[in-house]
Amino acid sequence: MIRHLLSGADLDAATATQILDTAAEMATVAGREVKKLPALRGRTVVNLFYEDSTRTRISFEAAAKRLSADVINFSAKGSSVTKGESLKDTALTLQAMGADAVVVRHPASGAPHRLADWVDGSVVNAGDGTHEHPTQALLDAYTMRSRLGRLAGLSVAVVGDVLHSRVARSNVLLLSTLGAKVTLVGPPTLIPVDIAAALAPGTAVSYDLDAVLPGVDVVMMLRVQRERMGDSYFPSAREYARRYGLDGPRLRRLPDHAIVMHPGPMNRGMEITPEVADSPRSTIVEQVANGVSVRMAVLYLLLGGNNR
Amino acid sequence: MAYPPAARSSPARQPSVKVILTAADVSRVVDRIAHQILEKTQGAADTVLLGVPTRGVPLARRLAARISTFEGLDVPVGVLDITLYRDDLRRHATRAVGPTQLPPGGIDGRRVVLVDDVLFSGRTVRAALDALSDIGRPASVQLAVLVDRGHRQLPIRADYVGKNIPTALAENVRVTLAETDGEDEVRLYGEDAR
Repeated sequence: MIRHLLSGADLDAATATQILDTAAEMATVAGREVKKLPALRGRTVVNLFYEDSTRTRISFEAAAKRLSADVINFSAKGSSVTKGESLKDTALTLQAMGADAVVVRHPASGAPHRLADWVDGSVVNAGDGTHEHPTQALLDAYTMRSRLGRLAGLSVAVVGDVLHSRVARSNVLLLSTLGAKVTLVGPPTLIPVDIAAALAPGTAVSYDLDAVLPGVDVVMMLRVQRERMGDSYFPSAREYARRYGLDGPRLRRLPDHAIVMHPGPMNRGMEITPEVADSPRSTIVEQVANGVSVRMAVLYLLLGGNNR
Repeated sequence: MAYPPAARSSPARQPSVKVILTAADVSRVVDRIAHQILEKTQGAADTVLLGVPTRGVPLARRLAARISTFEGLDVPVGVLDITLYRDDLRRHATRAVGPTQLPPGGIDGRRVVLVDDVLFSGRTVRAALDALSDIGRPASVQLAVLVDRGHRQLPIRADYVGKNIPTALAENVRVTLAETDGEDEVRLYGEDAR
């Protein structure tokens, strides 16, 4: 078993499949009388969040608690970080407190990789800069597999701000490992040149959403990061929504079995219309529930045994 | 099941392997346990058989099939994976979690008979009892095993025992079943057969 989960590329097909299979068992706990398993009793999981996040932090917290681990939440706001403490010193503090796993979100790409060199415990990347977010990719893969029954051979369109999206990068890496074919779709300014070849051979790029839609099994919409709107990646929000937003007419152009995904938080009316977001083909709420099961699986597989 | 290699020190000596139950014995023993369950539970009404993986699961299915043949009664069968409740998780590399399948209707208020192949330290049964109490609240829990080899480390005993086998601690009991291993047999491997 792997020791850290830093990148979608850390997982080979067998390990990724093991995580998804374990997550399926973890999901049954949600329907039980006692929604708790004793597997991680006495282990400590630290949520180290240098960026705002609601769903990811809560999801990791719920996952760790359902496995009976102790959870310490550390957010950079109101901590010694605002007094100028470095990532390394914070890491050594956590180490001294006996953290068995550190779940880290950081605005700098690569921060979790550095952290992994400094602590003895396992490090789980919960989003680093514009780089990766592997547990999001795992929960997306889990959602696709449970809705469509398989991953191999699926055609997945990832639409929107690929340039700034760690979700897109992790998904391309993981989905191609599991045999799905990914097409990145968005305005040319938001799709880095050569990204497809750099991440995974076989990944396609298109600038025309309408041409891609009829042939896909999954459409994954990415959040347009409003904070970057001033940087003139596209002329206006309205033009973006018209060319790359998923609305009712575009939804009806999808094959009948195709599903619509979004990692959240959504900008309704921007990349996705309320009609699409609330349609039965949207898996957005399911993704959140699956997130807890997948993170339970990851924490169990990293911490459940003696993997040193 | 692979035949274990001979002891290193004395190549001339064969490792001692004794067949405790042949396929015919296993069949007779399963028949008897099925009868005992029927007798002790007054006809196995409101009873659920839960097999503990790996070999408890086919045994539970066989018991249900026998009970169905004897009394025409379909006893629900389920699978109880106890991996996440083991007390030795940290002593090994992470163990894969298997599926738990409860029969329709669940276990609340019913009589649960846990089925396993070998009763040894009792730790597996302890884990199964913990798992059960998180899943629901059975009216009562009983234990059926194909082989009881002794050396309990916990205050646990079986309600139905196929065969008691006195063993030394260093000996090894291996159960093979047609469903999982291709043939039915119970063997006792001596201390020299490592």
